[in-house]
Amino acid sequence: MMSIKNYVNNLSDEDLKRIYKKMLMIRKCEEHLGEATKNGAFPGAVHLYIGQEAIAVPLCDQLNDSDWISSTHRGHGHFIAKGGDVKKMMAEIYGKSTGICGGKGGSMHVADFKKGIIGANGVVAGGMGLAVGAALASKMDGNGAVSIIFFGDGAANQGVLMEAMNICSLWNLPMIFMCENNQYSEFTHTSEVTSGKIIDRAEPFGIPKYEVDGNNAVDVWQAAYQAVQRGRNDEGPSFIEAHTYRQRGHVEFEYTFLSRTYRDQNEVELWKTNEKDPILRLESYFIEHNKYSGDDIEKIQKEVQDEVDDAVKFAIESPEPDISSAMVHMIER
Amino acid sequence: MSKQRMMPAINLALQEEMKRDNKVILYGEDAGISLLGQTTGLQENFGKDRVRDTPICENIMTGMAVGAAAAGYRPICHLLYGNFIYTGFDSIANQAAKLKYMTAGQVKLPVVYMAVIGGGRSAAAQHSDIPYPALMNLGGVKVVVPSNSRTAKGLLKSAIRDDNPVFYLTAAGGGRPEEVPDDDNYLIPIGKSEVINQGNDVTIISIGSMTLKALQATKKLNDKGIGVDLIDLLSLVPIDEDTIINSLKKTGRVVIVDEARDICSAASHISAILSDKAFKYLKSPIKRVTVKDVAIPYSPILESHVIPDVADIVNCIEELLELN
Repeated sequence: MMSIKNYVNNLSDEDLKRIYKKMLMIRKCEEHLGEATKNGAFPGAVHLYIGQEAIAVPLCDQLNDSDWISSTHRGHGHFIAKGGDVKKMMAEIYGKSTGICGGKGGSMHVADFKKGIIGANGVVAGGMGLAVGAALASKMDGNGAVSIIFFGDGAANQGVLMEAMNICSLWNLPMIFMCENNQYSEFTHTSEVTSGKIIDRAEPFGIPKYEVDGNNAVDVWQAAYQAVQRGRNDEGPSFIEAHTYRQRGHVEFEYTFLSRTYRDQNEVELWKTNEKDPILRLESYFIEHNKYSGDDIEKIQKEVQDEVDDAVKFAIESPEPDISSAMVHMIER
Repeated sequence: MSKQRMMPAINLALQEEMKRDNKVILYGEDAGISLLGQTTGLQENFGKDRVRDTPICENIMTGMAVGAAAAGYRPICHLLYGNFIYTGFDSIANQAAKLKYMTAGQVKLPVVYMAVIGGGRSAAAQHSDIPYPALMNLGGVKVVVPSNSRTAKGLLKSAIRDDNPVFYLTAAGGGRPEEVPDDDNYLIPIGKSEVINQGNDVTIISIGSMTLKALQATKKLNDKGIGVDLIDLLSLVPIDEDTIINSLKKTGRVVIVDEARDICSAASHISAILSDKAFKYLKSPIKRVTVKDVAIPYSPILESHVIPDVADIVNCIEELLELN
């Protein structure tokens, strides 16, 4: 695994600090969700992105509101990374009227089209077609906007990925396939359900591929930079496979219904260490290179935590949706 | 006004709407050459950017339409045969029908999914289905089924201008040349049926290609002194409840002719609506004339045996009247 310092060149310390703060925002939101779900603070299940923050943030840091992202059931991180409002996301997960979707979508459907967030998606690979359609629209608009599909190693086994790669390559669409290989398809290790290497699937379609350490924000930023520039310059699609690790379960509370464990706890702990965890790695870098002191980091942590606490307070204090809202937004008759 | 068959009328509507609004785009398998004639000449007139030949990949095609619509276009996703709706059903059921609701109306999804449906051409079971019962139950999509070339033009233009996903399902051939208005703003509103024959003894509600058969049955019944109120339903979602209920109030008897299999069909749903909302006006049970509960067979003699025909409709009504 390449250490971060070897990579920092066209990425400024300010860029990296901004990325770090956003990663921290995702982490702290989700740590809250992981705790709060134990007390039944909100309805519905949550699939946490903890440990994968260095994928969504460095990529989305390079995007504008006119760029599109479509993501997964593990979608809070992508939503925040692309500039989604944390309060409105939290309120949505709490099922409140002030939620970004008025409490009608919940955790798996946080979306904000005005910010180019087509949304999380409850169907594995379900966002693929949406992202391709947005890429087609961007291509036809000729505005240099790009479209990103975030998907996991599980979704890489859905046939629709092949359809998407074929059409994106054929039509030279400004699409980025961002595969977050977190090693688990729900409760099964990817190696047990996946043949070959996922990254190699881009090759027969002639799509340039970038394989990166997904827990290294700089590594991801560099690959994303190549892919985004290709899209902006009408050079067609790119495929990135970012290797990472799902520190939490497929879904919180999973051991209340699973009959046995499916991975070694030592394996999980290994990925939480300073060497592996994407946030701790950035912090180590900042300290080693005198970019931040321990106090600075503590201060930032507190700022972010305060913002999360505000968002949670906002969600808790927000009113329930009016029941009449259940009956609108299907088709207009 | 000129007499046209179904496919040229569809083509005319597409030409007019693509000319009117450059956000209208169309893609599908063989969209350029056009297998059945709906899209003939579109690529020549509007270019390969707006009229795209896709690979055979219904899964991505149906989802792409939703993404392109969310990003500001008005895509027409040409799926050729209705059975291929099943192939692309994930994005239809899980994205197109739900995305607007799940996001509290953040986005408009002006998509038209276009396909030919129904049997009668020895195309066998995988090219002859009537897939709208499943679509009607999704809630988040409109469904229209024109019966002839005139309604094909008017409904397609309305579907393209609608801000919701609309399934535009037509018979493959059939029908006769009808007068089609030249007016490039000729619209038939979605959700409105047409009463195409007036009578006092029985109401026939017909859908799509069954309308021509119902019209022929109406003439035979008229000859026998039976007056038929014939309603060409045109829209399945939303259903024009007022018109069908008003007709039932007048005649007291209803026969619904639907080429779908009976279980959870449009016919069975309409029957439920009428018995809920107009029970006291009924003089006899609501009857449904539908395709038999089998896959559509290939051999013409078998196929015509399972698809409702004029005699089935006439017999059904005669039996109904004998009950009283």
